[in-house]
This record gives sequence, structure tokens and C-alpha cells, in this order.
Amino acid sequence: MITIIDHGYANIANIKNAFDHLGIDCNVTRVSEDIISAEKIVLPGVGAFSAAMERLEQTGIADALKFRAMQGIPVLGICLGMQLLFTSSEENGNFPGLDIIPGKVEKIKTQYKIPHIGWNDLKIVGCNPLFTGISSGEFVYFVHSFHCIPGKMSLRSAVAEYGCKITAAVSYRNIFGTQFHPEKSQNTGLRILKNFGEIKL
Amino acid sequence: MLTKRIIPCLDVKDGRVVKGVSFKGLRDAGEPLELAKYYNDQGADELVFLDITASNDKRKTTVDLTGKLGKELFIPFTIGGGVSDIDDIKNILMHGADKVAINTAAVLNPNIIDKGADLFGSQCIVIAVDAKREGDSWKVYRNAAKVRTDFDVIGWVKEIESRGGGEILLTSIDNDGQNQGYDLKLLEEVTRVVTIPVIASGGGGELNHFYEALQIGKADAVLAASVFHYGKYTIDDIKSYLEERQIPVRKYERHN
Repeated sequence: MITIIDHGYANIANIKNAFDHLGIDCNVTRVSEDIISAEKIVLPGVGAFSAAMERLEQTGIADALKFRAMQGIPVLGICLGMQLLFTSSEENGNFPGLDIIPGKVEKIKTQYKIPHIGWNDLKIVGCNPLFTGISSGEFVYFVHSFHCIPGKMSLRSAVAEYGCKITAAVSYRNIFGTQFHPEKSQNTGLRILKNFGEIKL
Repeated sequence: MLTKRIIPCLDVKDGRVVKGVSFKGLRDAGEPLELAKYYNDQGADELVFLDITASNDKRKTTVDLTGKLGKELFIPFTIGGGVSDIDDIKNILMHGADKVAINTAAVLNPNIIDKGADLFGSQCIVIAVDAKREGDSWKVYRNAAKVRTDFDVIGWVKEIESRGGGEILLTSIDNDGQNQGYDLKLLEEVTRVVTIPVIASGGGGELNHFYEALQIGKADAVLAASVFHYGKYTIDDIKSYLEERQIPVRKYERHN
């Protein structure tokens, strides 16, 4: 069973729809008690970093999530959800994150348009069980202005070229993150979610 | 490398696709989900649905449509047509749409852009701008291109960006339905003054029209309806044409 965290206005329906389509059991929760008993967690997210962090802390979800992550259950952060897993973000200032993955979130430095929005191809640069059956060159859907800079570059498992190397995915022990939206990336994305559903640690 | 997006647009009324569509292999071409899946399998990068239902329970038909699409469509899609307030935006997003297209409501009350962007993020707020040429400039029209406003298109698109709009869906009323090509001058002017993505709409009928909108007009995406609905070209025809001319496009991988 996968537990999807609903913390405000993030579009949870799409992620639940994708797991339903794949025949993977999932539930959606807004309370920290459910996180404590969760077996696998997906942290979605859209909007601003600091507002999302505030909601996670107020609801007690932040502490519950950190606790479960430390115990070693698989966690997948998607888009802003991935960024929230990092130590801090410079979006609209400098705000602390969940600090589950060492590193920071910073504005994309490129000569191209920001936000980085649309389909870009992945370059797989590291080991990540989420990429089983996925090859470099496959396209996924991005919408973001900030991206994650892990403390160690070896945590990056995929990048996308956009006048700079965008961190597309990270893998850190039992913690995973995709900057792109697998639930909106057609078959490639569905395969990634299926892989997450099948991870056994 | 970021690719240029090809976006079919479907007009839906009372839960049915409006424009006459006749494809082989489609059980029910009037069923939005059937047609959406058809385009999805062809490699459409995104889909736009405009609900033009005029009845009193329009809000319900739009939300029902969104919910149905969201369950089986795993590419981004936008819902528009008569979106009038924050509640509409919220309902549509909560039922699985990725973006909401706002037209008349944004012209009448531009604050909806700021508010929508604050609450849900700029990425899901698409502002549809219907432009009609007047001499050397363009005026913004509202209510399905029926009512002229005093807004100048160039000023309006700048305002949309500064208020937090995420994308501009720019339709040339003059060229729409003519299949003679997009209004390149309009596209050039708009893409020069904003940095948010611009979707070209109105006039795409031949392969070179799509190329010109992207290459000369500097659009980030091209939207079309009849060229797809009447089967003149497939998404893949357009992508192959663009790829031969060094425009980056997404090639669709059919694995599971």
C-alpha cells in the first residue's frame, strides 16, 4: 500500500489515478497518524516551497515523514515534493526543508526560458531502481523554476539538458525524487511509478 | 533538450466532442475520452479541452468531463471554457486537470490571475488571449471572440505575465479556421515581450504553418483542431516534418 500525502492544493488526483490505473493500492491522507503507519510514501507538491513546508510542519506530517524515512521505508518526492526533501531552498529567501536528503534547492541557471516547462529527455547518470526498463533519451514532463543540487553529485541519478544540467531524479538510500511528473509522462512515467510500487528494501 | 509541444484542441458540448470527427478505428469519436486516447497514442504532448456547454449545470458537466479524462489520460491536459472564479479553478484542478484556461474572466477581473497563481501555482494558470488585428496592432476580444475590449494585446500579455500567469494561449481570431497559417507577426510581437511560454493557435492547416509558428513566431507550442480532427495530418506527420527541420520534438515510446 502506498500512502500519498495530501498537503493542500497539490494535485493528488493525478497521482492516485496513475496508481489506480497500474493496479497498485494507494490511499491519500492529510494526517500524520497515517504516515507513521505507512509502508511507502509519495510526497507530491506544487506551488511555493515555504508555504508547503509550513503546512507540513503545522500538520505534524513533517516530523512523521522524517521519522518514517529514517526507519528506511521507500519515499518518493515528486516535483516540489522532491525539493521539500532537501536541506533548504532559496525560493523567495532561504527556507529550511525536511533535510532528509543533503543538499539545496536553487533557481535554474540558464539562458533559456524559466519555468522549464514541457517534455525533456532524460540522461541517466546513476543507479536508481526507479529506472528499471527506462533508457536515456526517453521523455518526461517537467514544470518548475527551481531544481535540487544534492550535497553529493553522485546522488543524482538522471539529468535533463536545459542550457545547464537539471537534476531530474535523485536516489539516496530509501529516498527517491523526480523533478518531473511521472504521473504525466505517459508510459515512461507509468513505468517509473510501477517500479516504485515494486521496490522492496 | 526541451521539445516543442504539439497540442490538439477539442471542443466539448454536453459531454460530447463537437466538431465532426470521423476516424477509422474509433468506436465513438464523439466521446471525449476516446478521442483523447486516440491523440494520446499518436503522441500528442498535451491536450486542451474547451467545454462550450451553455446549460445551467455547466459547472457539473465540466467537472464530470475532467474527472473522466483524469482517470485515463497520463499526459498533461488543460480544461477551459467559461471558467469564471477561483472555485471553478479549484474544482477543475482537484478533479485531475493540470491546467485551467481562463479567458473572459481574466479580462473582466484580472485579479483572478494573481489569486489563482498564488493558490495553485503559476504553472496551472493558462490565460487564453483572443486577438483581432486593427491596423498595426491587436485588440483583445472576450466572450468567445464576440465582444471587443479596449485591451491592447501587447499590454495585456505583459500584464498577464506580471500577475503570475503561467502560459499564454494566443489565438488569432482573423486566422482561426482559415487553415492559412498562424499570425506570425502577432506571435513575434508577443513572444518578444513575455518570457512565459506562448502557445500558438488559429490557422494551422499545413505542415509548414507549424514550423513557421515555432521557428519564426518563436512559439513554445502549437495548438490546432480541425487539421487533426479531419485526419489531414497526424501528430506524427507534423513531428516528422519538424524534426527534419531541426525543431526538437518528443518521439513517443510505446513500451510498457
